[in-house]
Amino acid sequence: MSNKTIQVDALESEAIYIFREVVAQFEKPVLLFSGGKDSITLVRLAQKAFYPAKIPFPLMHIDTGHNFPETIEFRDRLAKELGVELIVRNVQDNIDSGRVKEETGRYASRNMLQTETLLDAIEEFGFDACIGGARRDEEKARAKERIFSVRDDFGQWDEKNQRPEVFDMLNGKIDLGQNVRVFPISNWTELDVWSYIEQEDIEIPSIYFAHKRKVFVRDGMIWSADDEVVFRDKEEEVLEKMVRFRTVGDMSCTAAVLSDAVDIAKVVEEIRDSSISERGARIDDKRSEAAMEKRKQQGYF
Amino acid sequence: MANSEQLIKMKVLKIATAGSVDDGKSTLIGRILYDTKSLTDDKLEAIEEKSRQRGFDYLDFSLATDGLVAEREQGITIDVAHIYFSTPSKSFIIADTPGHIEYTRNMVTGASTAQASIVLIDARNGVIEQTYRHFFINNLLRIKDVVIAVNKMDLVDFSEEKFNAIKKEIEFIASKSGYRGQNLTFIPMSALQGDNVVHKSENTPWYKGETLMHHLEKLEPEDISEISQARFPVQTVIRPKTEQYHDFRGYAGKIYGGDLSVGDEVAVLPSQTKSKIKTINFFDKEFETAKRGSSVTITLEDNVNVSRGDMLVKVNEEPTIAKQLDATICWMDKEPLKASQKYYIKHGVNDAQAKITKLSSIINTDFSGIEENPSELVLNQIGDIQLKLSKPLLVDSYSDNKSNGSFILIDSKTNSTVGVGFIK
Ligand SMILES: Nc1nc2c(ncn2[C@@H]2O[C@H](COP(=O)(O)OP(=O)(O)OP(=O)(O)O)[C@@H](O)[C@H]2O)c(=O)[nH]1
Ligand SMILES: [Mg+2]
Repeated sequence: MSNKTIQVDALESEAIYIFREVVAQFEKPVLLFSGGKDSITLVRLAQKAFYPAKIPFPLMHIDTGHNFPETIEFRDRLAKELGVELIVRNVQDNIDSGRVKEETGRYASRNMLQTETLLDAIEEFGFDACIGGARRDEEKARAKERIFSVRDDFGQWDEKNQRPEVFDMLNGKIDLGQNVRVFPISNWTELDVWSYIEQEDIEIPSIYFAHKRKVFVRDGMIWSADDEVVFRDKEEEVLEKMVRFRTVGDMSCTAAVLSDAVDIAKVVEEIRDSSISERGARIDDKRSEAAMEKRKQQGYF
Repeated sequence: MANSEQLIKMKVLKIATAGSVDDGKSTLIGRILYDTKSLTDDKLEAIEEKSRQRGFDYLDFSLATDGLVAEREQGITIDVAHIYFSTPSKSFIIADTPGHIEYTRNMVTGASTAQASIVLIDARNGVIEQTYRHFFINNLLRIKDVVIAVNKMDLVDFSEEKFNAIKKEIEFIASKSGYRGQNLTFIPMSALQGDNVVHKSENTPWYKGETLMHHLEKLEPEDISEISQARFPVQTVIRPKTEQYHDFRGYAGKIYGGDLSVGDEVAVLPSQTKSKIKTINFFDKEFETAKRGSSVTITLEDNVNVSRGDMLVKVNEEPTIAKQLDATICWMDKEPLKASQKYYIKHGVNDAQAKITKLSSIINTDFSGIEENPSELVLNQIGDIQLKLSKPLLVDSYSDNKSNGSFILIDSKTNSTVGVGFIK
């Protein structure tokens, strides 16, 4: 079976190269796993980078407690199949201990609270490299991010003073207490990720595909009414619609889109023709033009 | 499994922009996105609203790429942004780079991986110092396709004379450059109004060439490493130590320059041990040949000692084993470079200590010559140096192999990347 020439997929090849640099340059890397399509793609790339050895670092999920149950079930199963360690840290613990305060009101979200839990976990385990699935095409502050992005003791991103990153040389030198955020799929677009999932036949949580769900509409966006997490006014009417999710962040800030895309081929087609960006369905970005940059400065993913 | 169509789709043309502050780089990229219908409705709405808020009677397309608060406040680009879009025939990554001299290092970051570059010039101001510098850096990086976009033609009545004068001046400095392989293309345009960006302009009947997009669509994407001899720097050694793969010992890395095949006789450098390629593995499959640009895992016939930083090459295609380097360096730090200083050097995946043994010259980026025996090289200056290395590195000249002919210097106190070098 080995009479073939391996075709180069530049994006895949680059991502694998980055994973190998992480393992060679850092002592305690971790893959930040959200259960979303980007982190699932990362896991597949990590598998490819080290095969036939196992993925040589743990996965870590910062659980807001507001995740779709499908995502959690998927997360646990994937970790088991791969035989890698899964670390879960809960935002709820910080809320219970009073370290962070839960937002209230109709736009309440635990998205921001994740940062504190993440920074605690980095310190607890002494992680020096946190691998994430952020892509530059997601948002315009993300478009400025390096592949190896240095964070200080407080997890802060010094956006005006980033290290030059030339050719494919990655400078992972840091001081004690600092850590590096690593983004192997920086140069992928949303469509690249979906095409890859299709091409590789990667399993993803069911909420990415069109399904019937009880929803309500607010500010032109569609919210899940199935659960207690998203605050709903009495006068906001519950409807049943065919919807899917384009990102699976915290339920409280992830809106659904109307869709008939019941399988991966249809999803790819839908993304290709879409006139709304992926983050258009994230209420946390709509808070202000600088929302993402601010969150990143504070140590967000 | 992937079919060939999908793999071709994944090929992307990487483009960098260059040019002085306010020459219109960010505006041009926004315009390209707009005219190729790559801006999604929500992003376009945001631009329309912000432009209105600021009292503009036009759409400020630079808002599409200037992603930092400080950038929008000052109306300049500070750091490089990578922008992705595609047309029916091709995918593109454009680096929107800053024009301000203080941020030249970020311009180098954006340009280092580009296969093509667009140098913008404000038609009113013509060729100025920063144009020279960016043009020089493009040549130093040996970027093959360079478009000179003479922008803001709307502000000079779309004057053919103005355009020709700028063209003549660039052609003159290009003739003084040491890099001969370059294709230069000149296009008159208005990024703001869209003339000759994606749509042909009616304001320039005298211009017979193509629009910018038309030109870019014709360029061939290629790997950053040009075709040369194969280089396989080992990133890490894969030893599963499971029952099934008990004796598996794979060398993981990315191939640069040329292809490698099973059965190739290879030398392991720097030890110079010889062996043969036994298998080329990619995930759970084995392949006969791997092309340059692919990240693979290689096993050898013999049980030789190979570790990170070692390099596999075909026998008789060895690179130079150097304990000393002659290089051109682009300095990117506030602390100047001085002779006798020590740095970390990172060459591909290999590290060593390096001492600057000689700072021979500063190269004037306006192509007017060199300044010999300077005492230091300051931020954004380019010069020739000699380095002594703590251990041998396996190098090619930059003109033979970009990846294996470049390096970075790292300050051991700050851990910052302070310079990028091009081996002679
Ligand atoms: N009239 C006219 N104005 C233009 C044109 N292109 C850009 N401008 C204006 O020039 C100013 C600067 O444009 P930018 O796109 O921010 O310039 P830049 O090259 O990205 O600048 P830096 O990123 O800071 O180096 C803005 O006010 C633009 O609206 C053009 O073709 N015609
Ligand atoms: Mg700009």
